[in-house]
Amino acid sequence: MNRLSRGAEAVMPPPGRRSRAGVEATLLVGGGIVAAITVLALVSLVWTPYDVGEINATERLATSSARHWLGTDKFGRDVVSLLMVGSRTTLLVGLVSVGVAAVIGVPLGILAAMVPKWWGEVLMRANDLLLAFPALLLAIMLTAVHGQGVVTAMIAIGISSIPSFARVVRSGAIGVMKTEYVVAARAAGRRPIAIALRHVLPNVGSLVIVQASVSFAIAVLAEAALSYLGLGAPPGTPSWGRMLQEGQELLFVAPRLEVFPGVAIALAVLGFNLLGDGLRDHFDPRLEDRR
Amino acid sequence: MTAAPEHTAYPVGGMPPTRTPADTPPPADVARVRDLAVTVGHKPLLIDVDLTVRRGERVGLIGESGSGKSLTALAIMGLLPEDLAPTGSVVVTGQGPGGIARTTSVLEAGEHGLAAMRGRDVAMVFQEPMTALNPTMRVGAQVAEVMTIHRTVADRGAAARRAVELLDKVGLPDAAEAARAYPHQLSGGQRQRVVVAMALANDPALLICDEPTTALDVTVQALVLDLIVRGVEARDAGLLFITHDLAVVASVCERVLVMYGGRVVEAGPVLDVFTRPRHRYTRGLIGASDLDLSRPEGGLYTIQGSVPAAGRFPAGCVFRNRCTHATVECEAVPPWVGSGPEEGFACAHPVVHHEGGGS
Amino acid sequence: MLLRIAERTAVLLVSLGVSSALVFGFMVLLPGDPARVALGVNATEADVSRLRLEFGLERPLVEQYLSWVGGLVHLDPGISYVSRAQIGPQIADRLQVSLILVAASMTIAVALALPFGTLMAVHHRKASGLVLSALSQVGVAVPAFLAGILLITVFAVQLRWLPASGWTPPAYDPGMFLQQLLLPALSLGLVQGAVLTRYVRSAVLDVLREDFLRTARAKGLTPMRALVRHGLRNAAVPVVTVLGLQLATLLVGAVVIERVFVIPGLGSLLLDAVGNRDLIVVQDVVMVLVVAVLIVNFVVDLLYLAIDPRLRTVAR
Repeated sequence: MNRLSRGAEAVMPPPGRRSRAGVEATLLVGGGIVAAITVLALVSLVWTPYDVGEINATERLATSSARHWLGTDKFGRDVVSLLMVGSRTTLLVGLVSVGVAAVIGVPLGILAAMVPKWWGEVLMRANDLLLAFPALLLAIMLTAVHGQGVVTAMIAIGISSIPSFARVVRSGAIGVMKTEYVVAARAAGRRPIAIALRHVLPNVGSLVIVQASVSFAIAVLAEAALSYLGLGAPPGTPSWGRMLQEGQELLFVAPRLEVFPGVAIALAVLGFNLLGDGLRDHFDPRLEDRR
Repeated sequence: MTAAPEHTAYPVGGMPPTRTPADTPPPADVARVRDLAVTVGHKPLLIDVDLTVRRGERVGLIGESGSGKSLTALAIMGLLPEDLAPTGSVVVTGQGPGGIARTTSVLEAGEHGLAAMRGRDVAMVFQEPMTALNPTMRVGAQVAEVMTIHRTVADRGAAARRAVELLDKVGLPDAAEAARAYPHQLSGGQRQRVVVAMALANDPALLICDEPTTALDVTVQALVLDLIVRGVEARDAGLLFITHDLAVVASVCERVLVMYGGRVVEAGPVLDVFTRPRHRYTRGLIGASDLDLSRPEGGLYTIQGSVPAAGRFPAGCVFRNRCTHATVECEAVPPWVGSGPEEGFACAHPVVHHEGGGS
Repeated sequence: MLLRIAERTAVLLVSLGVSSALVFGFMVLLPGDPARVALGVNATEADVSRLRLEFGLERPLVEQYLSWVGGLVHLDPGISYVSRAQIGPQIADRLQVSLILVAASMTIAVALALPFGTLMAVHHRKASGLVLSALSQVGVAVPAFLAGILLITVFAVQLRWLPASGWTPPAYDPGMFLQQLLLPALSLGLVQGAVLTRYVRSAVLDVLREDFLRTARAKGLTPMRALVRHGLRNAAVPVVTVLGLQLATLLVGAVVIERVFVIPGLGSLLLDAVGNRDLIVVQDVVMVLVVAVLIVNFVVDLLYLAIDPRLRTVAR
């Protein structure tokens, strides 16, 4: 096994087989969590229980009550409202970074599958080299030069997700290139661009969707870590990672301020991972043969 | 062989047995299987299998794939998968430490008792030489290991030396060099020779071969067969030879059992069974092979349909849904007709042989 | 075999070269002048150009790159733009701390995963697979820094068994060193251990189905001894792959964990440098981390060769 094939391991599905019922349960739970977070984020655009910008000195560090279901933070802000608004940051960073990664990674993967084998190998080796730059490291570098911000985080996380998209798409596209209809299309003299768009892209669509879900989970984690380090969302922008950071100094006083955003992050990552696993198995034709 | 004069006293493929059978008269039966049945869930995989192998005897076990041949072999080795429940009795008698006869009741024995038996009293050669050897261990060490496990040699050094000797005897060119090779550096035929050397290393009382030549090139098959036969002869060991190749059985074995649907449907001396088959399945099997010399009309026999999945065989005669002679009578299990489990058949409409053959 | 090692080494060297260019390129090509960044927004043009001159930022990029890489090769990563201190000794000190942390975490992960994963494969039942799946899903979903915060909450805040933060060099006070090391190492190690256990179980399950393991039992080895003598080495290849990936994850995870537990490691140096806008230090530390990841990859490649003789031959 060489570096190349090991790059594939980086995106290899976790071991373990699922039954048909298991796949549906996985999809249901994963999809349910993701949908719930999306709904919360959308609702927060028009309504939150309290205004998160509002600082209320009289209600600092309130515990759970009918007024504040999950209590308030050190500024007297409602934790439920913060979590709702924070989910917007999480989803935004995820969407944009996954978008960046897909827009660059998918064409790269298709290209690597369609150019002569040797060039494809070189492209993939270069691609693998990016794997040595985890999202967090890239983001720290970008932040150092560019200053902290959500955009910096999104770009950094996006770039670091390119290799997995490119690799997954390439392996899928190589299979498509060997199919009879592509061979026929090439023999008929169709232009490579047309083949890529008409035949290859639609056939790797399911792979891209699965990878997007998995990369989304990674993006959520990276955003949380960056914001926790104070390198992501700037002060004033509610974010789950930032809530963790702000709560840590009060760990001895109000540990629940760490628990709620922590649970939110873990749930979000779990949701996207389960969705990705479920989709992967759902699209996997071999599943039918399994007992 | 001429290159190593001290070895010329032994036949090709044979090797000096560490104990001569004359020293301790061996018990007649090395393997005795009675009423063996294996089920998975409620599906029967083997039913009422009776089988005996004696010292120095070469017994063939034939049938299509899915007939239960390999399962029978694994049951004798005590290597059935854990979710299979065997009943009946399987008794293996070999020579334990110090040449004292050791009898193992395979279905009742614990894992340690079985481990002591395997590789010592009974050894096995598997079908697929490409995967039977550990890819990360040198083949010499793998052959030596079977001797150190059972302490049939003095120490590791002696085991390593004897392993080279054994590899030489099974015809690996430059055995000392071959012993240092990893399996992937050897061809399929060479790997199977290594497996044979491993199986014969402790002079087992019974050697089980499960389609040992099926995966090999035709040119290599005869050589490996020769190796097995000579190796067994030199040790006066019993041989249970599983195959679907009737020609091989005819050349290797003295007795044969025909299996179908998890049952033994016919048994007897090879010559009798092959020239005068009684069971309709045996008849079809022989007709479908190119072994059949008694085919006056020149037509090719085939067995219609295909082997059902495990546990899906019909009740009564397991062959009746593929048999052109089947009647209502076949809905009951046909009784065994013959002198004993070693000679007879279970068919309600057996082939009737007149002088000169044919039916 | 030698050819294979040479090939791996060549890949390592090329990767080092390309990634150093990447790191340098990232820092240089991005909008933002290191001198201006270092001096802050209120700096005068004169101050900026003086600093640019001082640190050779006026030279052609290729020359700057070569002198930087040349310095790294001689283990001299240069002088900080902000504190004017030598960066090399700082990195050496901090690297030691980070490596101790990563090594301790990896030890915990492996010590958990190997026995549990193997046992669960041998006594494989649906339930153990399910429990492991769930555990490793949680392991992936709970980032190490979150695990760290939770561990602090339980063991430092509630139970008051262990200190919540800090670092003591082992030579100074071994007892205190271990107490302070335990929670951060657990935060990284438990999470990775849960994930690794699942891979170990699956690798061992795969190996248990191999023909050669049946051969080993046919030789007279009990199932457990057959697994130990013939199975584990063969199961090691996929496990080593995951271990390599995890080690890289741990190196980066340590950056965040050091912030959680206030540990003066490489990660703290990096984050402080970002805070101080000390770009050359950022560049150096990032490069050190990337080099570490690449070396881990290299070692994993060599381990493959040591484990599996089939990979030693070049021709297929």
